[in-house]
Amino acid sequence: MSALWDILLTASFWAAAIRIASPLIFATMGELICERAGVLNLGIEGIMVIGAFSGWMAVYMGAGLWGGVVTAMLAGMLFGLLHATLTVPFGLSQHVVGLGVTLLATSTSYFAYRLILPEVTSPPRIEPFQPYEIPYLSEIPLLGPALFSQTPLTYAAFACAALVALVLYRTPLGLALRAAGESPAAVAAQGLSVTGLRMGAVIVGSGLMAVGGAFLTLSAFSSFFFEMVNGRGWICIALVVFGAWRPGKAVLGALLFAAFDALQIRLQQTPIGQVVPYQMFLMAPYILSILALIVMSRRAEVPAALMVPYRKGER
Amino acid sequence: MRLEPIANPALTRRLGLPALALGATVLVASLLSALAGADPFAVLGLILKGAAGSKFAALETLNRATPLIFTGLAVAVAFRAKLWNIGAEAQLYAGAIVTVFLATGLLAGTGLWGMALVAALAMLAGALVLLGPVMLKTRFGVDEVVTTLLFNFIMLLIVSWLLEGPMKDPAGMGWPKSEPLERAMRLPRLAEGLRLHWGFALALIAAVLVWFLQARTTLGYEMRAVGHNPRAAAFAGIPVNPVLVRTALLSGGLAALAGYSEVAGLKGHLSLDLSPGFGYTGIIVAMLALLHPLGVVFTAIFVAGIFVGSDSMSRAAGVPTYIADMLLASALLLMVLAIGLTRYRVVWK
Repeated sequence: MSALWDILLTASFWAAAIRIASPLIFATMGELICERAGVLNLGIEGIMVIGAFSGWMAVYMGAGLWGGVVTAMLAGMLFGLLHATLTVPFGLSQHVVGLGVTLLATSTSYFAYRLILPEVTSPPRIEPFQPYEIPYLSEIPLLGPALFSQTPLTYAAFACAALVALVLYRTPLGLALRAAGESPAAVAAQGLSVTGLRMGAVIVGSGLMAVGGAFLTLSAFSSFFFEMVNGRGWICIALVVFGAWRPGKAVLGALLFAAFDALQIRLQQTPIGQVVPYQMFLMAPYILSILALIVMSRRAEVPAALMVPYRKGER
Repeated sequence: MRLEPIANPALTRRLGLPALALGATVLVASLLSALAGADPFAVLGLILKGAAGSKFAALETLNRATPLIFTGLAVAVAFRAKLWNIGAEAQLYAGAIVTVFLATGLLAGTGLWGMALVAALAMLAGALVLLGPVMLKTRFGVDEVVTTLLFNFIMLLIVSWLLEGPMKDPAGMGWPKSEPLERAMRLPRLAEGLRLHWGFALALIAAVLVWFLQARTTLGYEMRAVGHNPRAAAFAGIPVNPVLVRTALLSGGLAALAGYSEVAGLKGHLSLDLSPGFGYTGIIVAMLALLHPLGVVFTAIFVAGIFVGSDSMSRAAGVPTYIADMLLASALLLMVLAIGLTRYRVVWK
């Protein structure tokens, strides 16, 4: 038990939790925007891969770190456009199209990787984002090193979540977007374009997912590995449900989840880790996601028109 | 643009559009080859030659198609009932684990009759793995897409743990792989000197049985009705949730047979690279076959041919082998679009 407290009371543990949460926050916000507008985006896993790859490749080719972030976002938006075109105006199965986009984005990343770097055995490293200590705030004991000595991309993740919440709940655009996911016919009756709103949401949302992927290469690992996204996209879909489709609750979910992840890594080093195989610790995030889905599915307020294609004049 | 439903699409439309989708995939292949600096015609020729240019190549393709027929059937059966089983990968490994566990343990030395029992129990294991997510769906309304996907990751970690712990081969030189099945417990080859095992024949039999079940039995009818419109099915007195559970048992069992046949027919042992994503590729196989069980056999051979052909083309022409995955993902999206456009007409105004 004391081992647990030793872990929970260190700043490095909380700093790690916030770092692990950052890519999840970006991608969860992306998925949340899509789903609030009525589109389930199962392309998320592949879009995170293409974001991780293209951001890293852009920096490797000399674009600068923020150039990498923008490249990742644009690549994600491109696949978002593909997803949106097939699911919104054509109204095709969001399940199948999403999985198809994931497969296409993932294989495109791997194909491009081998095309550009045919012979390398280990991927080249880049100089990633460095922690930026916010003056004064980073000097607060415990809280400072945990919250205010992160990389700029982590601060951006929290700013992004605040912006998403602001737009969704405080602007006419957010109202229209949420209405497109609840009652598209009412949106159309207002003279707004359901197709435009939904496509826009999927494209922007996919851009955010890709930035979440880019966080892995540009801020966390400084290199691109196959299978590095490793189910994070699917976990984000669970986090959207866990957060009851609200940005604030989803961020809390991501933090809680990341804290568990940081904890299992540290518990592996303790006497418990000597007895329990490490695979059981690695399983925890996936099991946690499933449990979160079970607990929340009963009371969650699913957007009423989620996964329902909108066709003008059809009832 | 606007979509206008077509009441009774003509046969030319129902067949022409999927054909067009496949044609467009060839176009994508040419573009990607040109992008990689290779001659598109040469690349297509090399893929074809690598997949079916010799007896060896063709048999390699059929061997690769075997697990894909099983996972393709698993997905086709589930998707027909709108049960989104994306977890065929996990069910495949469940089947493989049970196969190794029994064939090297309790049932070792029992020969082919023992292997028949092993097949049945492997199916049961796969069925149980899918039963979990389906019970969560019918009881709590948890979306099965995410749960089945997450189960794939959990199952791979279980396999990794088994191979480093309880099921580790003591003579494995430290590699994470299981003890091999003895000769008598392997599926024999279809003919002497032919590098193709009985798993392929088993896959063909499974396809015919699934077709019979879907087309000629009450359960098959109920599965289609539930997939078409669950509310109407319930109104007509079909027990929707029990039908979903039965669908899941069948689908999980079929996927598990892929693991069984790979272990008992091809590899002889369990390792972490037993399946290079056969479960996920099964989705492409099933969609390309328009979810028809007999069509799955042909699309599985087609998909396997693209993988095998791309491997050998990659060595000769230097185009990355991942072109196969890109082509199949494109084919999937184009096919979904084609199917959609058979039922709706695009009106521009």
